[in-house]
Amino acid sequence: MLHQVLFIVFGLICVAGAINLLVQRHPISSALSLVVVMASLALIYLLLGAEFVAAIQLIVYAGAIMVLFVFVIMLLNAGAEERSRGSRVALFLGVPGVIVLAGTVAWLLITGSGHLGSVTIGASDFGETHAIARLLFRDFLLPFEVTSVLILIAIMGAVVLGKKEN
Amino acid sequence: MDTTSFIIAAVIKIALVVFIMLTGVAYTTWLERKLIGRIQNRWGPTRVGPFGLLQPLADGVKFILKEDLLPDYVHKGLFILAPMLALVMSLISIAVIPFGETITIAGHTTALQISGITHAGGGITDINIGLLIILGVTSIGVYGVALAGWSSNSKYSLLGSLRASAQMISYELALGLSLVGILLLSGTLSLREIVFSQSGHWVLGGHDTHIPHWFIFPQIVGFFIYLMAAFAETNRIPFDMPEAETELVAGYHTEYSSMKFAMFFMAEYVNMFTVACLASLLFFGGWHGPHFNFLPPIAQSLLPVFWFALKVFFFIFLYIWIRGTLPRFRYDQLMAFGWKFLLPLAIANIIVTSLIVAWRA
Repeated sequence: MLHQVLFIVFGLICVAGAINLLVQRHPISSALSLVVVMASLALIYLLLGAEFVAAIQLIVYAGAIMVLFVFVIMLLNAGAEERSRGSRVALFLGVPGVIVLAGTVAWLLITGSGHLGSVTIGASDFGETHAIARLLFRDFLLPFEVTSVLILIAIMGAVVLGKKEN
Repeated sequence: MDTTSFIIAAVIKIALVVFIMLTGVAYTTWLERKLIGRIQNRWGPTRVGPFGLLQPLADGVKFILKEDLLPDYVHKGLFILAPMLALVMSLISIAVIPFGETITIAGHTTALQISGITHAGGGITDINIGLLIILGVTSIGVYGVALAGWSSNSKYSLLGSLRASAQMISYELALGLSLVGILLLSGTLSLREIVFSQSGHWVLGGHDTHIPHWFIFPQIVGFFIYLMAAFAETNRIPFDMPEAETELVAGYHTEYSSMKFAMFFMAEYVNMFTVACLASLLFFGGWHGPHFNFLPPIAQSLLPVFWFALKVFFFIFLYIWIRGTLPRFRYDQLMAFGWKFLLPLAIANIIVTSLIVAWRA
């Protein structure tokens, strides 16, 4: 019961943050709304029993990546944006597109609820640190290591780009 | 344990811990002024009460009575939000810190930790990812500093907060990596479990060495990385670039006055306590210490808390001692030290530790 209430509360905060992200005119306010979205997502992970993912979501996304976003906005000293008049393409293609997409997803979820499997809020332990470690370092070791090499290459690329030319 | 008594115990624990924490913070400022005074061959506060002991109360009253200035060129919402964010985030991390094992009062056994849950059988469950929660909450606390500088709309504040956020992000890496050695040795992220794995003595070659089984001994490198990164994380001398008063007036809190300034001040000291608690829990065996069987039972059950407090006090003392001793780094030295020395050293420490753990397993 408490879990359901908390899920609804944090889900609402998450959606409100996402809407606020689009509505706000100042980049800093938008970035902070994104932090709210990230933090409430972390709490929803926690409700699902994925405590490790929740903590990592908080540390990596809300803590590290968004701080860099805010940092860049502060450095560039970006001011409030002008509100432009909405484009016609967005109105005539975007709105029906969104409706079709949302309808398809909802239809798939409703019809496929039998074989998609389900998760009980607040009662599962599939996200424990040990379980995730076993998956990452035993079952999916190769993809995991390949990803880390990929990130290393990206870091090296950034260093090369950031280096001053002699 | 039924729900009502759980809630009552939780509320009492929260109130008690926050009260003790904030009193501790207030008296740390007194201790700091006294000790720095002694180091610099002067008296420190002496006028308010005996040995100046009422000075923190006088400061508190003064903070509350001062006019709360709100400069008219600031971003109002964020300017007010920033100090609250800093203080709240620093206080949250106290919730997962275990101060001792358990305490039994009037038949109710409860963990000496806000987030500890007592089972029907009397066992205690700690939050499984306590260490990660502290790291996560600390990384959110960076926003308090970053937003304070930006929303103040002043050059000094902005420069201070840019320095602070860059410094905190850089040293968070070294801080996190320095703790991996501990995690490899203990095999858990729960702070309570980490402390339990440090009970007893080290056994070398089959015989008891009588050296406590603290992780400081195998992780001495990790401890020094942690200590230095922690000093930088809390913006203390010799890493107090964000508020270097000779360069930046007061850094990110230049424009703040009254209680809003006090909130930043309290957040900084609470962070010092968190870092000191974490150092005691991870490297110095937490609440483990000698037992004295001749003491009355209630004193015996509070003895672990005393050992823990003593260890925390040692780190607070170290903070103040170093402030009285060392000059400030230059900013480029600070960055080079973090990225080119501490980070590679922390990675080397992880590799060596994991090789040893794998070899012994």
